[in-house]
Amino acid sequence: MKNVLKNKKAIALFVVPAFLVYSIIVVLPVFWSFYYSLYSGSPGLKWEFAGLKNYAMLFKDKNFVAALWVNIRYVAVVMLGQVGLGLCLALMFHFWLKKFKNFVRTLVFFPVVLPTVAVGQLFSKIYEIQPSYGLLNSVLSSLGLDHLVQPWIGQASTALGALSFMDIWVAMGFYSVIFYGALLDISHDVIEAARIDGANGWDLFRTVLAPLLRPMIITSLIFSFSGTVKMFESSLALTNGGPGNATKSLSMYMYNVSFSYNKVGYGSVIAIVIFLICIMGSTLIGRFDKKEL
Amino acid sequence: MKAEKKFTLKSGLIKLFIFLLVVVEIYPIFWMLTASFKQSYEWSSKPAYALNEGFYFQNYVDAWTRGNMATYFKNSLLCTLIALVFIVIFSTTVGFAVTKMEWKFKNAVAKYFQLGIMVPVATSLIPLFQIYNKVGLLNTRASLIITYIAFGLSLSIFLVTGYIRSLPDEIMEAAVIDGCGIYKLMWYVVVPLMKNAIVTVLVLQFFFKWNDLLFSMTFISSSSLKTVQTGLLYFSDEFGAKNWGAIFASVSMSILPMLGLYMALNKTVMEGMTAGAVKG
Repeated sequence: MKNVLKNKKAIALFVVPAFLVYSIIVVLPVFWSFYYSLYSGSPGLKWEFAGLKNYAMLFKDKNFVAALWVNIRYVAVVMLGQVGLGLCLALMFHFWLKKFKNFVRTLVFFPVVLPTVAVGQLFSKIYEIQPSYGLLNSVLSSLGLDHLVQPWIGQASTALGALSFMDIWVAMGFYSVIFYGALLDISHDVIEAARIDGANGWDLFRTVLAPLLRPMIITSLIFSFSGTVKMFESSLALTNGGPGNATKSLSMYMYNVSFSYNKVGYGSVIAIVIFLICIMGSTLIGRFDKKEL
Repeated sequence: MKAEKKFTLKSGLIKLFIFLLVVVEIYPIFWMLTASFKQSYEWSSKPAYALNEGFYFQNYVDAWTRGNMATYFKNSLLCTLIALVFIVIFSTTVGFAVTKMEWKFKNAVAKYFQLGIMVPVATSLIPLFQIYNKVGLLNTRASLIITYIAFGLSLSIFLVTGYIRSLPDEIMEAAVIDGCGIYKLMWYVVVPLMKNAIVTVLVLQFFFKWNDLLFSMTFISSSSLKTVQTGLLYFSDEFGAKNWGAIFASVSMSILPMLGLYMALNKTVMEGMTAGAVKG
């Protein structure tokens, strides 16, 4: 047994190819970005060492601050929406739904499997106001709520909200399935015992279920966080960052700076900021897990 | 009696709420499918929520031929499927090597692969573009495939290792005593045991790769190599903003592989996701 599992040739064959691909394509570029961020211009074109100048520029750049703010608000709303509503759905499946459990679970998972661009196109037609009313506006107007008819993604005040709703809509089912699995693992006796002790509804959730679900909630938050920090595809497909800069995220701004304006050095700085936010945010959320172990 | 009445009212309200949530989750998809069969005059003569009058399949024909969906589909399928094969091979072999095999750096290597889960795609984009530009891979399918494989590894290996750890050693020991070498052991014993984990990895990664927009819009510029997602993004330019029927037809088409796969593997995926794979 030992000899078979110590087979050096096999280990090398199993690990080395993947190791190389992963190191060159995923890990190396992160360091490369750090190196790029110290230069101005783009490689081959006014490519000069700039030291930390790019980093200093960051805080004076209004567009960067705006994108950061959009990104923060988006992460906060979507993360809480996805995980919170997912948890609510799972609780409802578990405790209040008897007959159609699996059927409903399959249905709410549907949006999860849709490609982001397809969802973006779909919702842009739902929110549409010109040339003819989209789904939402036509429903509102037929209900006599004409004063609510508005260009949902055409005005800065509602665009980010409309985008957030879309992304919550997409991922809610995913988290509900994960939480439902976690709920199934909680022994029925525990819940029964708490019920006999008089805990019901909110109390039952707060004192019994929430602590037991805690690791799963943390994992989901990290998952959702790292997904939403990257905010790119959905806002590109729905609003293309607009109107104005109302839904332009850090990733989109980075993309514009480095590929449209050709400022690769400065774009790399933004890329690194995204990287740092991702790492710090996930570690911070992860902290909550270990505290009470 | 009174309490019972209150209870039914409450549970009725909750059922109504669940029903509404499900409607909100499902109705847009249903609407899209019906809308894809509408002719263009239906959009102006009727409200958007009206059902389609007939089944106008010309929308699908338009999308498939004039909208180049045929090309986009071929490209997406090629890139995704080739990448998936490698992701599955790499993640099972690495996953096995870092859990059950015995060598010095196995834990360090496992951690190293895990780091990638944290790396946002945007951070690697600029250097990757420069690398591919230098080695002449820009605007080729190969650039997409390699990137897909590399970025699929971390999560897949993470999922697979969690699963392999829970496999009992005895089965493998028995196989080795019967004279199995490492490769035979892998192929005839380990892989069949890992069927659920592999399916979960396949479905998850198929979803991620099929969904990719950032890489394909960055690395691919010629329209004959574009994937479904990039194609969809510029679709309204091709057909004009008014031809919703064709746009919806192409969007509906793009979701079919996902929906099909999901329906076929629904049970395995749900099991894989709820039974430990994701929980790690």
